Amino acid sequence: MQVLNMSEILPLVKKQYLVNLAREGKREDGRGLDEYRPIKVQVKLVDKAEGSAFVSLGGTKVLAGIKTDVGEPYSDTPNEGVMITGAELIPMASPEFEAGPPREDAVELARVVDRGIRESQALDTKALCVKEGELVRLVFVDLHILDYDGNLIDACGIAAMAALASSKMPVLEEDGTLTEEYTDLPIRDLAVPCTFVKLEDVLLLDPALDEEKALDSRITVATDQEGHICAMQKGDIGGFSLDEIMWAVKLSKAKGQEIRTMIKEALP
Amino acid sequence: MERINGRRFDELRPIKIEAGVLNRADGSCYIEWGLNKIYAAVYGPKEVLPRHLEQKDRAILRCRYNMAPFSVEERKRPGPDRRAVEIGKVMQGALEPAILMHYYPKSMIEISVEVVQANAGTRCAGITAASIALADAGIPMRDLVPSCAAGKVNGEIVLDLAKEEDNEGEADMPVAIIPRLDQITLLQMDGKLTEEELEKAIKLAMTGCREVYKLQIDALKRKYAGAEYE
Repeated sequence: MQVLNMSEILPLVKKQYLVNLAREGKREDGRGLDEYRPIKVQVKLVDKAEGSAFVSLGGTKVLAGIKTDVGEPYSDTPNEGVMITGAELIPMASPEFEAGPPREDAVELARVVDRGIRESQALDTKALCVKEGELVRLVFVDLHILDYDGNLIDACGIAAMAALASSKMPVLEEDGTLTEEYTDLPIRDLAVPCTFVKLEDVLLLDPALDEEKALDSRITVATDQEGHICAMQKGDIGGFSLDEIMWAVKLSKAKGQEIRTMIKEALP
Repeated sequence: MERINGRRFDELRPIKIEAGVLNRADGSCYIEWGLNKIYAAVYGPKEVLPRHLEQKDRAILRCRYNMAPFSVEERKRPGPDRRAVEIGKVMQGALEPAILMHYYPKSMIEISVEVVQANAGTRCAGITAASIALADAGIPMRDLVPSCAAGKVNGEIVLDLAKEEDNEGEADMPVAIIPRLDQITLLQMDGKLTEEELEKAIKLAMTGCREVYKLQIDALKRKYAGAEYE
């Protein structure tokens, strides 16, 4: 093997330290393996947006904003409104993030967050149809990462859901013109993603930055109010056994409920 | 329950695999999986470009998944979209754990998957083919990586959803495994499943993967067994 320099050795040393801790059921910040860092949810921070939410998850901070518009439906879903989710890893949030169009990581982040909300049918897209095949409401969910300290998927998933649930959109006339009145977005569920990383043979919920950098593999499980699993994503390199996956699923159902309560408390 | 084409709940669509079908690529594979038609090619190990991606102690793997504009009902705009970028990323995650990356420090292995006809399950067929192409390129691996989806259609957990089933189905879940390690290296899911249904679906998909595994080995044997005597 080639000789490694210091910046390459440090993460390896750190990883071994984190693995050894985790095998004793401990973590660097004193949490249990199945615990989240402190979560804070605030809604309605941006007046210009139809809805917005700020979420901090430990040191990670994200802001989700909702804008709506009217437009044409997709041809395969003529009677449904359209939800479009985007994520930007802006340079402010980490020395590793660069300006420019979204790369793989940002695309995956947006798509995993989107899938949880979409598949849980948390946003009732049929209720966003104005005239079948012609006119529907478009809902844009934009995720702005301000401070990257690990586990962007869960922070963004919570922020997106809270922002949607606190949104008000203008009421439309029959012919599609906007009025001065506002109404809630049709929200009928709250989907919550829970992300785990695997360090060698141990699973940890809600990875902090160093845990995420050391990971061998990652898995996200999104659940709905009734405890259905509505989206999953194995990320990064590495693999899981069936037992590990089912452990993550069980824990996600329980943690999902706790976070749902937090989101509800944050709503006006 | 009746399925399209009268398949049983645990029956795969017909699969044909051919290894080594392209001349210029270091390794390649063509797969027909139901109505899916897909090529996979491998180049490398070779020099890393761009250079800053180079790893001193191991190779890097890059995966490109692309659909031809004519592969689907309505013409698709050429080039990878967001879905394709994500699939490329999860394919990399599914295949890399099987490759002995540390054998090739400072080098790069490139995989291209081109879908020329799509009918649901393209990422599974693509991973299955890419893993054959890696073997065809002579890249040392812990095992092949077979892939297969399970899902829920009309309230039942079924294997390997075809397009119509996926469109109307309640859930779809692509899975890939490394059989010798019994590890799941691809797992995605969308839809709605209870915990029990989910477990049943993963198990069914894993059984499907093991069937696909046999077909992969057959395809490599057809290409290479006794090759030196021909």
